[in-house]
Amino acid sequence: MHDVLFAANDWLQQGRKVALATVIETWGSAPQPVGSRLLIDRDGDFLGSVSGGCVEGAVISEAIDVIDSGNCRVLEFGVADETAWEVGLACGGRIRIFVEALDKAGQP
Amino acid sequence: MNSETLQRLLQAQRGREPVAMVTALHSGAQRIVCARQAADDEFGAVIVDGFRSDRSTVQSNAAGEHFVEIFNPKLRLIVIGAVHIAQSLVPMATAAGYQVSVIDPRAAFATAERFPGAEVVAEWPDEVLPGLGLDARCGFVALTHDPKIDDPALGLALQSDCFYIGALGSRKTQAARRERLVAAGFADAALARIAGPVGLDIGARGAPEIAISIMAEMTMCLRHGGAGHDIRRDDR
Repeated sequence: MHDVLFAANDWLQQGRKVALATVIETWGSAPQPVGSRLLIDRDGDFLGSVSGGCVEGAVISEAIDVIDSGNCRVLEFGVADETAWEVGLACGGRIRIFVEALDKAGQP
Repeated sequence: MNSETLQRLLQAQRGREPVAMVTALHSGAQRIVCARQAADDEFGAVIVDGFRSDRSTVQSNAAGEHFVEIFNPKLRLIVIGAVHIAQSLVPMATAAGYQVSVIDPRAAFATAERFPGAEVVAEWPDEVLPGLGLDARCGFVALTHDPKIDDPALGLALQSDCFYIGALGSRKTQAARRERLVAAGFADAALARIAGPVGLDIGARGAPEIAISIMAEMTMCLRHGGAGHDIRRDDR
């Protein structure tokens, strides 16, 4: 999971605008453990994983918002959540994900 | 996350230094807390516990929720013996997040081509291991069952904080090894740390299945700690 942070550094060096999504809490049988990360750039390219592929789509579109606004946010997904990509979390678990922009300088 | 925070995290990872990052979920404000600063941090107890259990948690204070994230050094696996089982074990360990070093003085075995993605060192383990700085985030497994290669390496592993020490060999081989290590001055308590015959008893046949049994046992020791080790022994 820490390898995503090394990739984030590379992406920043390449001048890409990027956000990081991090699994901060899970309940039930969530597919990826706390600390799992997804790195997203302004074009929607991504690396890493925060679920088994169930909610990545929704996280990516939120992450692009975060890149544009600079405001971090917490997302929550569960089995019945309509914002989850197509089917939500098929495993029946719930996850909370923190999404933040990564800045070369400044930012809190 | 700002660049300074990211660089500090990467520096800690490169230097194998455990650190925690506290993120205020409402504002995104972050701070890095190293082991020696933990005592002075409001989440210090959680951080110290997190270093040990390798768990990150969400904590609350009057200001709101905070994600206390633990960044322990990357797991490492030291494999003594560039043998057939090692060829199965190395890709599994790599997939599970381990940085793997394979050490074998027999240059014909210890080639980079046989172990893609691993560091391969064609030298005697007792010459290489002291420089590797074995710590509590290291697993160790001796696979040559050649006493000249395995024994000195096991001796060094026993003097380290490695969370897992496995040694290949039948019960007979283990008994003979034990006698040699006792003669070399190791106490029973130290020798009890060696998992041998190596791996969980899953009826493994052939190198890939033996590698699975080793990965399973090592994972159990990592996640359950020493208790896991004892359970395995009681079952035998």
